Order: sequence, then C-alpha cells, then structure tokens
Amino acid sequence: MANDLFRIPVGKWAESALDWVIDNLGVFFDGVKAFFAQFYEGLDWVLTAPPFWAVIVVLAALAFWLKGWKLALGSIVGFLLIYGMNQWENAMHSLALVLVASVVAVIISVPLGIAAAKSGAVSGVVKPVMDFLQTMPAFVYLIPVLLLLGIGPVPGIVATIIFALAPGARFTELGIRSVDSEVVEAGQAFGASPMRILRQIQIPLAMPTIMAGINQIIMLSLSMVVIAGMVGAGGLGGAVYAALTGLNTPLGVESGLSVVILAIFLDRVTASLSRSKQHVAA
Amino acid sequence: MNSITGPPSPALRVTNAFKVFGRKPQEAVRALKDGKSRKDVAPMGTAAVIDASFEVKPGEIFVVMGLSGSGKSTLIRMLNGLLPMTSGSVHVGDTDISKISGKRLRQVRQKSVSMVFQHFALLPHRTVLENAAYALEIQGVGKKKRTEQATKMLETVGLTGWGDKYPGQLSGGMQQRVGLARALCSETDILLMDEAFSALDPLIRRDMQEQLASLQADLGKTIIFITHDLNEAMFLGDRIAVMRDGEIVQIGTPDEILTNPATEYVASFVRDVDRTRVLTAGSVMENPRAVVSISGGARAALLTMRQQQTSGAFVIDRHRNFRGIVTDREVMALVDGAGSDLTEILTRADDAVSTETALNDLFGRSVESNTPLPVVDEKGRLVGAVARATLLAALGNVPSSTDAIQIVVPGQTAGSDDGSQRPEIFTQEPSGEAGGTL
Repeated sequence: MANDLFRIPVGKWAESALDWVIDNLGVFFDGVKAFFAQFYEGLDWVLTAPPFWAVIVVLAALAFWLKGWKLALGSIVGFLLIYGMNQWENAMHSLALVLVASVVAVIISVPLGIAAAKSGAVSGVVKPVMDFLQTMPAFVYLIPVLLLLGIGPVPGIVATIIFALAPGARFTELGIRSVDSEVVEAGQAFGASPMRILRQIQIPLAMPTIMAGINQIIMLSLSMVVIAGMVGAGGLGGAVYAALTGLNTPLGVESGLSVVILAIFLDRVTASLSRSKQHVAA
Repeated sequence: MNSITGPPSPALRVTNAFKVFGRKPQEAVRALKDGKSRKDVAPMGTAAVIDASFEVKPGEIFVVMGLSGSGKSTLIRMLNGLLPMTSGSVHVGDTDISKISGKRLRQVRQKSVSMVFQHFALLPHRTVLENAAYALEIQGVGKKKRTEQATKMLETVGLTGWGDKYPGQLSGGMQQRVGLARALCSETDILLMDEAFSALDPLIRRDMQEQLASLQADLGKTIIFITHDLNEAMFLGDRIAVMRDGEIVQIGTPDEILTNPATEYVASFVRDVDRTRVLTAGSVMENPRAVVSISGGARAALLTMRQQQTSGAFVIDRHRNFRGIVTDREVMALVDGAGSDLTEILTRADDAVSTETALNDLFGRSVESNTPLPVVDEKGRLVGAVARATLLAALGNVPSSTDAIQIVVPGQTAGSDDGSQRPEIFTQEPSGEAGGTL
C-alpha cells in the first residue's frame, strides 16, 4: 500500500548508488574478490587437507598452550563430536571463513580505533558509522555484497567483515582512552614522540581491552558466517540454511551443535589471549 | 622579547603566566589583566593559573604549595609544556618553552626538565630497571650504557637488587623511588615533582623527604616541588610559593611565610604547621647576655654575673668563639682558691648548637641543660642563646601580625615587640644537682 502523504525513495537512491559503484568500481571489486578468494582457499586448504585428527591435535595443542589441559581436553571431545556428526568439513570451511574475516576486520578496525582515540574529530565520524554498521540487520549487507561479488565464500567474508568491524574499533578506542593519563604524561615529560608513546605505552596498556575487542570480532564473525551461508558461503552456515529450507531436523541439530562447539572453542581461546596479556601487565 | 639576562641567570623563569581552560581563553586572560576576578571570567573559561611570575635559582628547592584546585598541578605542567600556556612565558635556561613545540620541545624535556609523578606513572609492563632507564631509552642511549646508568641510579635511591621486578611487585614508596631514579637518570638540571610523595604513607613520606633533601645536596638539582602539605613544603623548600585560586599569594622562605604571612589565608594555613621542624635555633635565639671573655679572669666573670643577676655565663675568646660555660659556684670556688684562669673550670664546651639546628633537635638538650643553649655560627662564634622558655614560646601559635616572640622570664617580663631589648639569658637558675659542682 502506497503512502498517502509522502514517500522518500531512500531505497531507490541506494540502488542507484550501488549501480554506479558496480559500473565504475567493478575492477576494484574484482581485485578484492581475487584477494579474498586466494586468502580463503589457502587457509581452507591448510585446515581441510590434513587428516582430521592431525588438525584436532594442533587445535588442542593451541588450547593447551593458551589456556590449559581442561580446554585442550574439551576441544578434543568437541571436535571429535563434530567429526562424528559428519560436519567436520563444514566446520573447517567456517573456521577458515571466520579467521579470514577476523584478521581483515582486526587490520581495519584497530588502527581505526587508535585514530579515533587520538582525535576527537575522527571519533566523531567513526562512532556513528560503527553504530550504523552494527545495528543494520545483518541480512541487508548480503544484498549489495551479492550484487558486487556474486555468490560464494567471498561475499560471505566481506559481509562478515563489515558486520564485525564495530567492536574492534570501539574496544580499541576505549582501551587507548582509558590508559592512565599520568603514564602517558610521563612519556611526554621525558620527551617521547607521540608514535613512541603509542607503541610503548598506550598499545601495551590497552592490550587487554583490545584483545577483548578482538574476541568480540571473532564471535560476531562466527554468527555472521552462519548467515552468510545463505549467499553460498558454504560451511556450517550452508548446512544450517539447507536444514532450514528443507525442514531437516537432524541436519539442523547437528550443524547447529557444531557451530556452538566452534564458538566455545574460539571464545575460550581468544579470551585467554586477553587474560594472559593482563597477567604480564599486572 | 623581553629577555633580561641578570648576572646569576635563573634555572627557570616564569613571567606573567596564565592558563585558562574553556572556550574563550584569550578573552578571559584580557579580562583578568584588566583586573577582573576569577569568578567574573567564569563564563569565558576556568582560570587555572592567573598571572604567575617567579624565578627559580639553580640548585634551589622551590615549593609550590596550595590546596587542590589552586592551580598548582596546572602550573607545573606549564613548566615543561605538557600544558601550553594561554599567555606569558616560561624560560628554561634561555629557551622560551611557550614559543616552541614538537621536536624542539621534546628536546628540552629530554635534556633539561624531567618529572616525577604523584601516582608514580611507571610502565607496568616493564621491569624496574627498564623503567628507570626509560628516559635514556627515549634519548636514544644504547642499551648497555643505559642499563649501567639505571643500575647505578637504582642504587642511589636504595633499590639495589630490585631491577628485575615489575612495578606491581613493589610498595608505593619503592615505586616512587623508581620514579625518582627514572627522573634522575635523564640527568636534567631541573626536576619537576608533582605531589610526588602525597600518595605515600606518612612514615614513608618522611623518609622520602629526607632522602630527597640529601640527594639534592649531593646532586645539586634544581627542584620544583608541588605539594598540598605545608609541613612538607616547610621541610623541603628553600623558598615556597603559596597558591590560592590560581594566584600566587606569597613567595618566601619557610621562615618568612611562617612569621610574616602575607594574607589571612596564608596565616590560617601556617597555623597548623609543625613549627619545630621549620624554625631553627637561629630564628628564635635571643642575644646572649652574660658573656665573659676568657682573658678577663674569674673576678670579671663574677662581676658580670652579679650585674646580670645570673648564676652562669658563656665564655668566649678574643674572636668571639664560644669556649664553654662557667657557673657562679665554680667561679667562686676558683676565686677562693686564689685562682683566676677560667679555662680550668670551663664546662660543656661541646654543647653549642648551630643556627641551622631545627627546634625539634633542641628539646632534648634543653631539658638536660640547666642553662640556656649557646648558639654559634658556622665559624664557631657565639651569636645567641636559646632558653627553655624561648623554645616553648616559639611553639605557641603566634598571631599573623606578630614578628617577635613574647618571652616570659620568671620574676620579670622580658622580650619586646622589636626584640631590641636584651632579655635575660639565664632564665633558669642552675639547680643544685648540676654536674661539675665543686
């Protein structure tokens, strides 16, 4: 039903903007697509090519090194369960997606957060943009990404990156801003340059908060990766989407459970990263 | 601009410095210069420092004292450019801090002015040694050399063997020693100390004050020390600037501030100070009255004591050097034995105190002595005497207008407003059980 009073065609504007981008920046996005495809396939190969038990051993060792034997044991049980539910390949595809998206999101969002912490003007721009990115329903990102990059894992990765940027930038800004101002002053008082203060004082002291942000990036990435299954990103997301469309209860439970296991593993491992840093700082 | 180079050039010179936080700082400064008050300019901004001017001499401990909100922390941050001033200038040596920025300002901070912070401001992720060496690291000193120097400096502040620990493993006092070592390591001539001991326990604070005073005596640094603790200011300061509401209300030596407060505010401040640590024998002593020359002999001494109505006398030689004390009993005995040489009966030649001795250190001796304590200058010449009554009177709260201390002498009232009248020196009769009685 059409509006009686007035209708603002924001959607049409967005569509024409997108059309313009597709027409004029197509080459750029082809490059982006090639880059992410390479990155993803490389990582995916590393995770899926070796026998599953070898990968489990490596992941469990990582858990042991970062956290302890309990998490290592839990990881082994969890990953064996995933294998037993026949979701191993999907889980590894999803893990590769999460890692690629998280690495890129960190590379973009942490410097953004630092810039926002250093300058009120940058902060004034970054904050509302991050609010926008985070509150926009995740599915909406899939449309332009799909149009720009087609179907497959790459649009999934890009949509995931956009969705996961916000916590990285926010936590980094918060972390840097809440570094004890006296310690920063000490650096200044002894004649340290702003770059040195950032490198030797602000980033090390903000590290626990930045790591908490990175943890959030990874968790958001995982949730988005499942949604990205709709655009053919594959992995567990694809399985969940297939279960939904086919009302396939067994597949839904098994793929859903695998997502949970992967999420717990990623959360505990990255959370311990932030805590172990804190230990050194204390 | 107006660079006046006086003969003994000050280590630091602040000229008409203003700092206003807010939207229209320059306008606020103009209004303040026109005589408007801090309240009047409040809509334009918060005036944290108003028209501060002072000079700090090389090797001096200059204390800026004021309550929180008086602008003292803002002031100290203007001295090394951590806060740019709104108006005025700060000269470190010949460099005007207010005119430089960026790299040149960092140069000044590396070479000329270092700082010690209230909450230590150590890097928690670095060891004590690395913290102490941090200023040198910034200066680009090689690792071997800076480690060597930092180790030496940690030794100086009494932290030998703690270099491998992290700041979090140290007590507050020890952490501040690290902060001090870090500042000393940079080998700047000027040291800014922002409430450096305020976060410490009282006992440790006293310890640190004494250590700082002795370090300063050894190293000859110029120290600008910020505090809200008057006792600390009085103990450390060669000169003190008292701040209130952004303005410096008085600059003077501890003695001047204590005996001659410029305003009612300063007077109310000093009312609570521990005078015994501030006042020295030199500042409370009276003129010695019964003074006899050693060459005058026993009869002359007896005559002087009779005239002054005292039972003892200080004995000096021709150069006015203090030689000892004689009492009437002993002189009498000497005369009875047909002797005349006072050197035979001189007692307590070592009892003289210096003019610099704090009152605090006089009580014990005063109680043990049955005569006033003789006060000598650095050449050993007798310059005054401190009686028990003088000591007690000095402890009383003198009103702000008072510049001399009332002395009450048994039997009569001595002392006066101008202090020109010589009071009795022997206000207490030597008691019978005094040692040395023949």
